[in-house]
Amino acid sequence: MRLKSFPGGLHPPDNKQFTAHKAIVDCPLPAELVIPLSQHIGAPADACVKVGDLVAKGEVVGQARGFVSVPVHASTSGAVVAVEPRPHPAGKPLPAVVIKPDGEDRWIDGLAGIPAEEQDDESLRDRIRAAGIVGLGGATFPTHVKLTPPGDKPIDTLILNGVECEPYLTADHRLMLENPERIVDGITILQRLLGVRRTLLGIEANKPDAIAVMTKACAGTSIEVVALAVKYPQGAEKQLILALIGKEVPSGGLPMDVGVVVQNVGTAAAVADAVRHGRPLVERIATVSGPAIANPQNLRVRIGTPLSHLVAVCGGAKGELAKIIMGGPMMGSAQLGLEAPVTRGTSGLLLFGPGQFPRAPEGPCIRCGRCVRACPAHILPTAIAACARLDRFDEAEGFDAMDCIECGCCTYTCPAAIPLVQAIRQAKAAILAKRRKG
Amino acid sequence: MLASILSLGGIGLLAALALGLAARKFAVEVDPRELAILEVLSGANCGACGYPGCGAYAKAVAGGTADPTLCTPGGAGTVAQIAHILGVEATAAEPQVAVVRCQGDNDRAKLKYHYLGIYDCTAAQRIADGPKSCPGGCLGLGTCARVCPFGAIEMTAAGLAVISREKCTGCRKCIAACPRQVIAMAPLRATVHVLCNSQDKGALVRKYCQVGCIACQICHKTVPAAYVIENSLARVVYEHQEEAAAAVAKCPTRCIRDFAEGYPEGSRFSAPTCPTTAGRAA
Ligand code: SF4
Ligand code: SF4
Ligand code: SF4
Ligand code: SF4
Repeated sequence: MRLKSFPGGLHPPDNKQFTAHKAIVDCPLPAELVIPLSQHIGAPADACVKVGDLVAKGEVVGQARGFVSVPVHASTSGAVVAVEPRPHPAGKPLPAVVIKPDGEDRWIDGLAGIPAEEQDDESLRDRIRAAGIVGLGGATFPTHVKLTPPGDKPIDTLILNGVECEPYLTADHRLMLENPERIVDGITILQRLLGVRRTLLGIEANKPDAIAVMTKACAGTSIEVVALAVKYPQGAEKQLILALIGKEVPSGGLPMDVGVVVQNVGTAAAVADAVRHGRPLVERIATVSGPAIANPQNLRVRIGTPLSHLVAVCGGAKGELAKIIMGGPMMGSAQLGLEAPVTRGTSGLLLFGPGQFPRAPEGPCIRCGRCVRACPAHILPTAIAACARLDRFDEAEGFDAMDCIECGCCTYTCPAAIPLVQAIRQAKAAILAKRRKG
Repeated sequence: MLASILSLGGIGLLAALALGLAARKFAVEVDPRELAILEVLSGANCGACGYPGCGAYAKAVAGGTADPTLCTPGGAGTVAQIAHILGVEATAAEPQVAVVRCQGDNDRAKLKYHYLGIYDCTAAQRIADGPKSCPGGCLGLGTCARVCPFGAIEMTAAGLAVISREKCTGCRKCIAACPRQVIAMAPLRATVHVLCNSQDKGALVRKYCQVGCIACQICHKTVPAAYVIENSLARVVYEHQEEAAAAVAKCPTRCIRDFAEGYPEGSRFSAPTCPTTAGRAA
């Protein structure tokens, strides 16, 4: 049978063998937790604790500001020792609440699950929002917003993303193997909130064990598990929708324009925790891997754990570090060092030594067209990048620069090593700035 | 033979007649003053006046909707000529030059990461706020030098933008292009400047730059009228420019420079012979 997929994309070596077979391990408490107030797309939270306050695990330390915002919680019990700017994965110091753990790891009182069946939709959504749940695939878009589609956009299909197409990362894979029931539980809650007709769970065919486990767990429910071709970026929202139901999200549109909502499997599990146990999102699963880490592992880690602690738990770094990436190697963000903490969007931490992340010097475009063939958004990366570098942003807009999903396929495949995505991002930023001006 | 001469000639005559009529019917009135003004403008089409090119500005001035003193590249001479054409009084504003307020090139200021991307300051600034540890320092990738219509900006080998006081016409294009607000306008007569743009506290500045302002107040104590310290950064009070030079040698980090003595290290520009009148070669 031909596996479902989308046109474009490519096959980077997946390098998942380092951690795919390793069960998730609880990451021990670090000496200090640095909980950034800016951890999701949208307005950052406002700190609501001060130095000296004692907080319990799950207590709100940052209040949501605006609709597209969620609160931030303490991920263990202890004392607040600082509320100040601290290194952030974005590469600059940003406001954070620093907690010194008391070692008891005591949950806040009064956490209780109410059976989802006894709650109305509104209180379920409030609960999901209060639990601070955002898209855990890495995009960190507040989940309650996606669960509140405008009335004129009926949603008929819910798609669960179990693809995990980024090389190295195995966090979602392990979660599907180890906690399928939590995922299924979360999916049923999402199904009810959206009132969908159809629910699909897409998993790449390189995870046959996860497909088997999820198929079994979904037996008797309306969830269809679908094996997908192994291809990057199969897990990108628009590509996933095209592969699974053959609908193309219009240029400039959102999945809800074709009646679809996409959620990551990790997000579904977090929804189940929030509704069944009243637990806020204080931890996530992250893969620590790469050629320069002694003992690659999948860790269940508290939000706010410094990256240096993750490295220490995984046996330390092997030799000198040349590149540190938070997230996957294709779309993750390079880090200045190991000072930044784990946030809700941290799906992984990858370490590379000198020469393990090769980068050739840039040459002229040889018009080979490989970037065009690889581009899953069907735009012309080389043309847009060329316009961007001449500051001809109107022309770049005409070439549909805004449709770029920044997957990195073009840059990855370019034999001339042209930083295509960076140039396209320049164009996108300039176009957005112009639109904002009106 | 004859027929073809006649017919071609006939077509020619008809076309000439049509063109002649059209020229009368569709003639566009051009204000002769507009043409005269266009003649005296600098012709650089730099946009310093705020209009899309010299032609648009000439039209606006002739139409009375624009101030006649806006052509900075033209300087006082152009303003006087326009005033004469319009028969009004107008004097040029004090001539200004752009100054890069930083001397922290790659040899003297620390980098927080090794940038390998697109050779452009705006692109670099988008990645973790730029590779330079100092949040205000010059990134040295030459975005300003590429937009300057007058070739007034040079990049030193160690990665620092330096602006020629002779070539700069004060059009401000570089200021709009710089993602770090390192460049500022200053009166041309001012030769003494604090070349630093970091608002961090002194102890932090010392960690990342050898030539940054540490707000030690020594310049202010030496010549109180000529220096103010705001947000941990010293600034010359241009009204007291003449006295400012006395503090240049006193600055412990050497971040005050008198352009009359020379340009920042690594620059090939030479100090103007008479700094206050050079510049605008009228
Ligand atoms: S892949 Fe690179 S070399 Fe090939 S066409 Fe695209 S930009 Fe040019
Ligand atoms: S002055 Fe600004 S634009 Fe010019 S090189 Fe420095 S940072 Fe770049
Ligand atoms: S240095 Fe700046 S202000 Fe001066 S002429 Fe060049 S772009 Fe214009
Ligand atoms: S401290 Fe001042 S001189 Fe040094 S890099 Fe920053 S702005 Fe430039």
